[in-house]
Amino acid sequence: MNARPLQLLIHLVLGVWLALTLVPLVWMVSASFMPSGQASQYPPHLLPGELSLGHYADLFSRLQLGRYLINSTLVAGSVTLISLVINSMAAYAFAKLRFGGREPLFRLLLAGLLIPAQVALLPLFLMLKHLGLVNTYAGVIIPGMASIFGIFLIRQYAFSLPDSLLDAARVDGAGEFLVYWSVFLPLCRPILVTLAIFTFMGTWNDFMWPLIVLTDDAMYTLPVALANLLGEHAQDVELMMAGAVLTVLPVTLLFLFLQKYYIRGITLGGVKE
Amino acid sequence: MRHTASATHDLGRSQARAAWFFLVPALAAIAVFFAVPVVSGLLLSLTDFDIYALADLDNLRFVGLDNYRHLFHDPRFWTAMKNTLYFVVVGGPLSIAVSLSAALLIQSPLVALKGLFQTVFFLPVVTTLVAVAVVWRFLYHPAYGLLNRGLEWFGLGPIDWLGDPAWAMPAIILLAVWKNFGYNMIIFIAGLQSIPESLYEAARLDGAGRWAQFLHVTLPMLAPTFLFVTILTLIGYFQLFAEPYVMTGGGPADATLSIVLLMYEEGFRWWNMGYAAAVSFVLFVVILAVTLLQLRLRGLLTP
Repeated sequence: MNARPLQLLIHLVLGVWLALTLVPLVWMVSASFMPSGQASQYPPHLLPGELSLGHYADLFSRLQLGRYLINSTLVAGSVTLISLVINSMAAYAFAKLRFGGREPLFRLLLAGLLIPAQVALLPLFLMLKHLGLVNTYAGVIIPGMASIFGIFLIRQYAFSLPDSLLDAARVDGAGEFLVYWSVFLPLCRPILVTLAIFTFMGTWNDFMWPLIVLTDDAMYTLPVALANLLGEHAQDVELMMAGAVLTVLPVTLLFLFLQKYYIRGITLGGVKE
Repeated sequence: MRHTASATHDLGRSQARAAWFFLVPALAAIAVFFAVPVVSGLLLSLTDFDIYALADLDNLRFVGLDNYRHLFHDPRFWTAMKNTLYFVVVGGPLSIAVSLSAALLIQSPLVALKGLFQTVFFLPVVTTLVAVAVVWRFLYHPAYGLLNRGLEWFGLGPIDWLGDPAWAMPAIILLAVWKNFGYNMIIFIAGLQSIPESLYEAARLDGAGRWAQFLHVTLPMLAPTFLFVTILTLIGYFQLFAEPYVMTGGGPADATLSIVLLMYEEGFRWWNMGYAAAVSFVLFVVILAVTLLQLRLRGLLTP
């Protein structure tokens, strides 16, 4: 085949593919602005007849959506901050400090990646119940405080940093914590940004653990609240779509602005193997 | 001389001490909130922990392998296993094939606006699974859903996607493929970019056409990426939960009941936590076996 028709064909396929990929998201946004009942008509409407903001207003005024937004932001923000500090500390030790048992210990951690998280859920729940942490922010945050994958990612990146910079600080008399804090962390900035986005989005989108550990409506994160809302308002399609938009919007914007960092994280974790 | 040796020695010792200071938070968190629960989970699966034990631990009894015996005679467990395997065996390869196709198309030197396609194809990955599952629930509506409307144009349907036991799992697979293909696509694109152009040139000098280049250069060079993607995808797909939870609740007639959903229902709805723990360990063993099998296969295929 000639390059020219082939080129057209490829663009045609990609164009159709792109449209199909966008349809669910576009319809979600469009239906969220439809007046009640319009999304449940035959034939289906693609665009709202008149722009209605009522469902968004409803979500905030009657259905405490603001509360869930705050919960989600608080939980995802805390997990991101805490895990960034804890993971980068461990990665510093694994990449830049010499100590007995370093390699076996790291291999042991990596082996932990093979264990699916579900295996830990039931005892973890019982443990947190015992500690009185069920239905608290701490309960949602705790399992995300440290992550093997996060340690791995920073460690991989840290190997590429020259030891001479750290040694120079040590010769100047800086203690290890100062070296970590004022030399190592700034050098790791790119990978920390990547990991921060990963963690924030992962926690924001997480469903199963918050579903298990949060029992009280007022504590719900957005995905749990949305699933719960579906139980009561399955018929209010337009309202549900507005809820879906608000759940998806923050992470989508975050991705669109910072996608360079996000994509780098995937390829770092993915192709290095 | 002696002085320097002892100084290095001191430095080594103080580094080791510092190392533990940096490690303790992560190791403690992972030990207490992951390792200990995993081991306790195994013990839990050997008990009859239920709602009575939840109220008073005196009701807890050690039952040996009873939960596992019970499980292997539980038709719902086998239904869940069958459904999960269906999702993994059909959805996994399908989603990898779609990812690879997208990567190959986008990486074609003929394509303009690569960045746009890449970003849009990736968009579903970053969206919240629960939210898009809610959206797809309505797209699948037999009368008002856009999907059946689309099929109508081609003279097909209507299909009761989520109401018909034969279609519910395919519907969930379709959503999963749409949601996930962008992720593996990115990994494949990176893999494709790392193939040296010189290999293609050499192949062309040998008279290889597009297809032959694909078969003899692209595919073999992508093999490590392929293995990585396959393992990651299958592990992820075995953990199917939110899609059926939101879209079907495991129905109709348990047609989309997955292993993790069964574990959730048994453990957190009926509080049969000993039994649920056994379910989770069977899942773990299956995932581990599949992962090791693939690594072994790769060892056999690449001398």
